Amino acid sequence: MSGPGTSWYLALAAFLFGLGALGVLIRRNPLIVLLSLELMLNGGNLALIAFSRHFVNGSGQIFGLAVMAVAASEVCVGLGLVVAINRKKLALDVDRLSELRG
Amino acid sequence: MSSLVLATSAGNVVVWIVWVVAGFSCLASGIAVISFSNPFYSALALIGNLVSLAVLYLLLSAEFVAAAQVLVYAGAVVVMFLFVIAYVGPQREEAWSGGPSWKTLGAVLAAGALLIEIVVAISLAAGGSLGHDSTVGPAFGSPAYIGRIFLTDHLLAFEITSIVLLIAAVGGVILGAHAKRVEPKRVES
Repeated sequence: MSGPGTSWYLALAAFLFGLGALGVLIRRNPLIVLLSLELMLNGGNLALIAFSRHFVNGSGQIFGLAVMAVAASEVCVGLGLVVAINRKKLALDVDRLSELRG
Repeated sequence: MSSLVLATSAGNVVVWIVWVVAGFSCLASGIAVISFSNPFYSALALIGNLVSLAVLYLLLSAEFVAAAQVLVYAGAVVVMFLFVIAYVGPQREEAWSGGPSWKTLGAVLAAGALLIEIVVAISLAAGGSLGHDSTVGPAFGSPAYIGRIFLTDHLLAFEITSIVLLIAAVGGVILGAHAKRVEPKRVES
């Protein structure tokens, strides 16, 4: 069993994380910001599982599953916020939603 | 002996090809996620990203995590995204105003700095020690293995994860359902 080493996976994970960070920073639609956040979490997950394979230790995979649960929770709360914003007839634009005054 | 070496190198080449295809589609669909103007297409591109990541997890012999990735993300999270996008309706971002705005330039610089920082930190901390390859048995990453260490070594994390999910579900329901109806005030007569 050979193939690409751990450093290749880590480079891919770093690029995925940077791509997600770029999406979070340049997009203004909160739905796409949440999707880019998923990209960042997936980059972290890939690094965790690559290290788990490298050190032959299952704890990394457990941590990866916990990150997945946290991502699902974040999507749940974030989409609830998007629905609440939409009901108040506000524009879905994170630049205009800079004041949390209800 | 030579046939064994040949078979091993052929398997090696196949693993490399699968890795390159999965990594390329992972990055390409990631770029598609952040560049589509319609969130519907972004959510669909995220499915491609998740599936190619599941292939990478399989290459890392994490079968259970790959299956959970497809089930949880592509089965639940993306479907929930698509429902909310359909509920909110078409949303267009304002048109590109032309020319490099300082906000976009700053965002690209910040993301590039973050990427460089990650790469430098990883390569400084673990530069030489990541080269050697370790072998794992077939049981590593299987559902039985994950379940055993989940319920023995990481029982507290398991319980806390369930509580976090419960609280997030309750919070999502409260945020989504608690829309104050603007009712006319009762006039006392």
